[in-house]
Amino acid sequence: MKYLYVAALFVCCLSLSSCNTQFGGAGNQAEESVSIVVYSGRTENLVQPIIDQFAAASGIEVKVKYGKTSEIAATLLEEGGNSPADVVWAQDPGGLGSLAKAGMLSELPGDLLSRVPSRFQSPRGLWVGISGRARTIVYNIKAIDPGDIPKDIWGFTDSYWMNRIGWAPTNASFQVMVTAMRHEWGDKRTSEWLEGIMANNPGVYPKNTPIVAAVAAGEIDVGFVNHYYLHRFIASEGESFEARNHFLPGGGPGSLVMVSGIGRVSTSKNEEASLKFIEFLLSSVAQQYFASQTYEYALVDGVQAHRELTPLSELNTMDIDLADLADMQGTIDLLNQVGAME
Amino acid sequence: MNLDGSTLHRQRGSDVAAPVSRATFPAGLARTMVWVFGSIVAVILLLPVTYLLIRAVDAGDVAIEVLIHARTARVLGRTIWLAFWATISCAAVAIPLAWLTTRTDLPLRRIWAVLTPLPLVVPSYVGAYLIVTVLGPRGLLQKWLEPVGVQRLPDIYGFPGALLVLTLLSYPYVLLSTRAVLLRIDPDWEDASRSLGDTPWATFWRIIVPQLRPALAAGGLLVSLYVMRDFGAVSLMRYSTFTRSIYIQYQSAYNQTVAAVLALVLVTVTVGILALEMLTRGQARYYGNTLGTVRKTRIVKLGKWRWPALLFCASVVTLALLLPTGVLCYWLLRGLSIGVRVAPLWTATKNSLLASGLATCLTLIPALLVAVLSVRRDGRVGYLLDRLTYSAFALPGIVIALALVFFGANYARPFYQTLTLLIVAYSILFLPTAVGPIRSSLLQMAPSMEEAARTLGHRPLQVLRSITLPLVRAGVASGAGFVFLMTMKELPATLILAPLGFTTLATTVWSALEDAFFAEAAAPALLIILVSSLPMAWLVMREQSHP
Repeated sequence: MKYLYVAALFVCCLSLSSCNTQFGGAGNQAEESVSIVVYSGRTENLVQPIIDQFAAASGIEVKVKYGKTSEIAATLLEEGGNSPADVVWAQDPGGLGSLAKAGMLSELPGDLLSRVPSRFQSPRGLWVGISGRARTIVYNIKAIDPGDIPKDIWGFTDSYWMNRIGWAPTNASFQVMVTAMRHEWGDKRTSEWLEGIMANNPGVYPKNTPIVAAVAAGEIDVGFVNHYYLHRFIASEGESFEARNHFLPGGGPGSLVMVSGIGRVSTSKNEEASLKFIEFLLSSVAQQYFASQTYEYALVDGVQAHRELTPLSELNTMDIDLADLADMQGTIDLLNQVGAME
Repeated sequence: MNLDGSTLHRQRGSDVAAPVSRATFPAGLARTMVWVFGSIVAVILLLPVTYLLIRAVDAGDVAIEVLIHARTARVLGRTIWLAFWATISCAAVAIPLAWLTTRTDLPLRRIWAVLTPLPLVVPSYVGAYLIVTVLGPRGLLQKWLEPVGVQRLPDIYGFPGALLVLTLLSYPYVLLSTRAVLLRIDPDWEDASRSLGDTPWATFWRIIVPQLRPALAAGGLLVSLYVMRDFGAVSLMRYSTFTRSIYIQYQSAYNQTVAAVLALVLVTVTVGILALEMLTRGQARYYGNTLGTVRKTRIVKLGKWRWPALLFCASVVTLALLLPTGVLCYWLLRGLSIGVRVAPLWTATKNSLLASGLATCLTLIPALLVAVLSVRRDGRVGYLLDRLTYSAFALPGIVIALALVFFGANYARPFYQTLTLLIVAYSILFLPTAVGPIRSSLLQMAPSMEEAARTLGHRPLQVLRSITLPLVRAGVASGAGFVFLMTMKELPATLILAPLGFTTLATTVWSALEDAFFAEAAAPALLIILVSSLPMAWLVMREQSHP
């Protein structure tokens, strides 16, 4: 039984030592150099390279906690005033909205906010958009001729699309789009649209990635998604991937532009370093990174979109303030009411 | 010896087993230690439910509104329905597998013994994604069948898909606990049954099946509770369960109070299932009179049945393990061929091994305590503690994690975002998986042996060390296997509670799969399977070479 004792001893030592060790951090050294803690709802593969660039350029150490935006937000809400986080970077405005509502974000300085169009930031200046993504239609190139795609998203209620649509009613981006619909069309017409799509027996997916995969496989012909997943798939599977994006020429909620955004946690003690980090992400270097590496839209002026993307200026996007999209609860109630989330 | 089948089925009700020894633990220091340690374990186990109660109190009227809504009842019904069938189908897959790999001359028996528990390490969101990739309406299988005119496979979404994925990924719960028992059944009993003229089949039903009951109950309990807390498989398979509703509250509404109310409903259902399982326990004896198993167990010659048996093992392993592994290899090779560079995964592998190893060691200690108390002590304490271990098992990982965030960040700051807290979370999550098998094998051991040692003047801890532990080795080994494999793939608690910058193989898989980096997801996923299969192989080899 000796090995059991050894194991037990091992456990005790490691448990004790781990109390004082910060993994991935610099331990004691951290007290001397400046470091910030970022909670990121964006994934490591997408944003770690640009975070590394910031760390190298500024000498500020950045410790990152990655997770789903919703879980990151829930974690922060539970931590409350004791949160170790300095900065929170979310995949979508919903998570930031919930933190802003709980009073967990500090107002950002005007010179940072002024770099980004006001429709891509919090009305109270509590968070700012970092990169943009457009709602789009992903279609199977063998099954669909882009000419047959309706000019706006309302057209998918036609029975021509029976059994051909994929959507993700529980997905945050989708729900932001529905919120935009409610703002633009009113609740009644929005529920008509939801019911119209449901009458066409859409495939229900948990999020964007499986929709794009299902469209390419021909399981469904079209899907309502954010634009940049397609480019990730093409990068992963090659040009022969059988799906492409189609931006709706008619504009409206079906071509809403949303943002991933960032905010500073109000209990953070590293204001200066945190603001430097946010400033860096709004610099042309970082914005260029998002445009060329993650296939997103840059939000500051003077940065070109990826050559595979239709430039933001040429998209017939909806002119709407993200602040108008705060009523997520109303959207969820509506989705529940029509039974879209079951 | 207890050969009378009716004795095995007799006497239901309280777990206060009359024939079981009361003398194993004495008064004094050992007793105090057990009490103190037991209380600490109990307090830790109660944290999640306490947190939920604190949150739910805020909900007020909304709570009642949610609870009486027709949708809530509907989703709950669907969840229980799925849990029920998943338990049945897991048993149907696992019992034959366990028997074939322990008691027969199945060709390549050891290889099957190593391979069959491995699907447990495939994270459910990965498993479900892979199953859709292959068996989806236009999946790989359809592509292969296209030349013969198959344009579309029947939809696997909904109940059948969810049942398939959950069965394939969770039958090992039943398999591992059943196998530990099968290896240690006293062969005298079977010999006696045979000598009384029973056919091998009759012997199986009269001797083996009743013996398996505690293990089956423990395994079935784990499956049904696991099904209730799974999110990855049901969301991809479009079967909306209670956990999905809880996730929607966190994900879309950012509403922790309503989520807590819903989670408490899950806790209530768990209590109901635990009560049901109690009914199957009864007070039967599961031990013989000899000192453990002195002789090798009887090996059944399969004869012409070996081919169907082989086919059965092969199809389960193909569906649950080879198919996912195959797709992962394909993703990896495809990525490499178009120039994707896969980063080395040393740190993630090291972190995964460290966290899983620590979690395994740290979970076994309370698991032994709980198992010994609930089997060897009379009284309600051991029983309550045993039941308590399951209280959190049906809760989605995110709930356990947030509970520890709440207590850690606000009341135990020095431990927050340290490996210690993460390991505690793992222990809460996976303690019942370790208790079940240990308890089952403890039931197979005659308390008279411990009593004898006590009579000979050994102190209780000595008895534990020199008699109890060696004899429940099989149970401890399969308990350790469970915890290790579960921890390797655990995601929500790891994401939320890990120290900053602490990435594991599972978090790497998730992060890559989330944004369609398939090759980058495949490499760590394959590593999880590989790294977990090594200790698994060791355990199985060891177990089978000297039962």
